[in-house]
Amino acid sequence: MAKSTVTPRSDLTLFLGFTLVVLAMPIWLQPFGAAYPDLMQKFAIFGLFAIGFNILFGQTGYLSFGHAAFIGVGSYATVWVFKLMTMNVIPAIIFGTLVAGIFSLVIGFICLRRTGIYFSILTLALAQMSYNLAYSVLTPITQGETGLQLSTKDMRLLDGAVADGAGIPPTNFFGIEMGAWDGLFGFYFCAFFLIVGFYISIRITRSSFGSMLRGIKTNQTRMMYTGLNTRPYKLAAFVISGMYAGLAGCLMAAVDPLAGAERMQWTASGEVVLMTILGGIGTLVGPVIGAAVIKYAENIFSAIDKSVLVDLFSFLPDTLGTFIASVVSLFVGKGWHLTLGLLFMLVVIFLPGGIMEGVDRIKRRFFVKSRADSAE
Amino acid sequence: MSNILEISGVNLSFGGLKALDDVNLTVKAGTVHAIIGPNGAGKSTLLNNIIGKLSPDTGSIMFNGQSMLGVQPHQINQLGISRVFQTPEIYTDLTLLENMMIPLLAHRDGAFKLNLWSRGDQQADILEKAHHFLDDVNLWEKRDAIAGSLSRGDKRRLELAMCLSQEPKLLLLDEPTAGMARADTNNTIDLLKTIAGRGLTMAIIEHDMHVVFSLAERISVLAQGHVIVEGLPEEIKGDPRVKEAYLGGAEV
Repeated sequence: MAKSTVTPRSDLTLFLGFTLVVLAMPIWLQPFGAAYPDLMQKFAIFGLFAIGFNILFGQTGYLSFGHAAFIGVGSYATVWVFKLMTMNVIPAIIFGTLVAGIFSLVIGFICLRRTGIYFSILTLALAQMSYNLAYSVLTPITQGETGLQLSTKDMRLLDGAVADGAGIPPTNFFGIEMGAWDGLFGFYFCAFFLIVGFYISIRITRSSFGSMLRGIKTNQTRMMYTGLNTRPYKLAAFVISGMYAGLAGCLMAAVDPLAGAERMQWTASGEVVLMTILGGIGTLVGPVIGAAVIKYAENIFSAIDKSVLVDLFSFLPDTLGTFIASVVSLFVGKGWHLTLGLLFMLVVIFLPGGIMEGVDRIKRRFFVKSRADSAE
Repeated sequence: MSNILEISGVNLSFGGLKALDDVNLTVKAGTVHAIIGPNGAGKSTLLNNIIGKLSPDTGSIMFNGQSMLGVQPHQINQLGISRVFQTPEIYTDLTLLENMMIPLLAHRDGAFKLNLWSRGDQQADILEKAHHFLDDVNLWEKRDAIAGSLSRGDKRRLELAMCLSQEPKLLLLDEPTAGMARADTNNTIDLLKTIAGRGLTMAIIEHDMHVVFSLAERISVLAQGHVIVEGLPEEIKGDPRVKEAYLGGAEV
C-alpha cells in the first residue's frame, strides 16, 4: 500500500490513462474478440456498478449483498420514463438514478443499524424482498414475470403520438439513436458515464469524506471517541454506491429498453462482490478490471458447447477425447459458473488483494531497484 | 480554580458485581489528576463512564457544569474530552498523516460534514496542524508509514498526538506508559509534563508510581470501586490506607 506516493498529479495521470484505455476499447479489444458493442457496453455498465459498490465495500468495509436491487429500481424507473414521457435517455437516467438514491436511503437507513455479517444479511433479505415484490405484488408497476416492456400504446407525453403502423421509437440521446454508429454510440454513451463515475470515485476516495470512510473501516471505536458521528457517513456511502448501481441499471435500460425482476436477484448482487474481490478490494481500477474479466469470461466460456470441445480434443484417442470433453464441458456453456468459481478460489487463495495485487507484485519485481534508490 | 469534572455518587453494577461504589471525584481545571489503585479497582470503568462508553446506574457526571449522562460518545468528545486508550486505538491500515487528519477534521468540521471533493492533505490548516502535533511526538518523519507498522511506543505516541490535535479541554490517559521501556517511559513523562505546562487538564490512570509521582498534582486512590483517599502526592505516599489497599493489609 504505497498510499504515500499518491498526489493530485498521479491521480490525474491515472484518470487520463483510464479514459484513454476505455475510449480505445473498440481497438484494443479486437484481438480478444470482444470488440463488439454489446459486450463493451456490459464492461462499462458493470464497471460502473463495481466502482460504486467498492465505495461501500472497499472503502467503508460494509459488504452489501443486495446491491442488485438498486440496479432493478434504476431500470424500472428508466423504462417508466420512456413509457410516459420521452424516449430521450437523459431525463430517464436522471430520474432513475434519483429514484435509486431514495430507495437506497431507505434500505441503508434500516441495514446500517447493524454491522458485519448482520448488515450483509439485512441487505440480502431486503433485496430478496424487493425481488419478490417486483415479481408479485408490484406487478402493475413491474409487469411481473414478463418484465416491463415498451409498447406502441405508451403515452410518451413529450414525444407526441406515434404514427399508425410505426414501431416503437428507439431510445435516443437528443435524436442520436443508441444503436447508431453500428452500436458504438451506445457503448460510448455508457463509457462516458463510466469515465465520469471513475473520476468522481477518485475524488471521493481522496477527499476528507474518503478518509472518514477508511477510518470507519479500520477503527469505528476510535471514530466515535474522536467526536465523529459515523452513521451519516456510512449512510452517505451507502446512498452514493446505491446511486452508482441505479445509474448502471438506467444504462442497461437505455441501451436495451426493458426491465425484468431477474436483474434484482441475489446472484446479481453476488456477482458484483466477486468483481470487486477479483479486481482488488479498495483499489480504484480493480473493480472495473474485475467486472470486465467476469463479463468477458462469461461471454467466452458460456459460448463454448460440447461439440466445440469434442473438436478441440479430437487429436486424442477417441474414447479419451470424448471423456475429457465431457468432463470439461461441465465447466463451460451453462456451467461456466464452475470456471468462475475456480478462478475466484485461485485468486482469493493466492492473491487476496485481487488482480491489482498481482499487478503490484509484478511492478515491484521490475522496479525494485528504482524504489530502493528513491527510498534513500 | 474551577472544577472541570465533577463526579458525584456514581454507582455501577455488572450483575452482582459492584464495579463502582459511590465514587466522588473532582478534577480541577489546569491540573494533572492521577487515579491509582490495584487491578480491578474500577479505574478503567470510571473512565468509560466519563467518555460515555458506559453509563452509571446512579450518580452524576458533570463536565464544565454540564451533565454528561445520556450524551452520545461523539458529542462528549466534541465538548472537549479526549481519551488515550490502554491499547492504542489508532487506524492501523492508514498512514500516520491520515491518522492525524481524521481527528483534525472532526475538530474543525464537527461530528459530520459531507466534504466529497477536497483532499484532507491539501488543506493548509489541517496539514500544518498535523505537522505540528506529529512533531510534538517526534513522528513527523514517519508520516507516510502505515500506522500498524509502528512500534508499540510509537503507536501510543501517535494516539496521544491524535488526541492532542483536537485541543481537548480534558485529556484522559489510560496507562500511557504500560509496556514501555524505561527510556521510553521517561520520554513520555517529559512530553506529558510539557503538555501539562501548556495548561491542559489531564486525568491519568497509571500503575507505574514513578510516572504518577513525576506528573500528578493530585491523586485519588480507588479500591474495590470506591475512592478511599484523595489528596496531594506527599499525603498519598505516607497514607496507611493506600498501602493496605495495594498490599492487602500486609506489613511492609
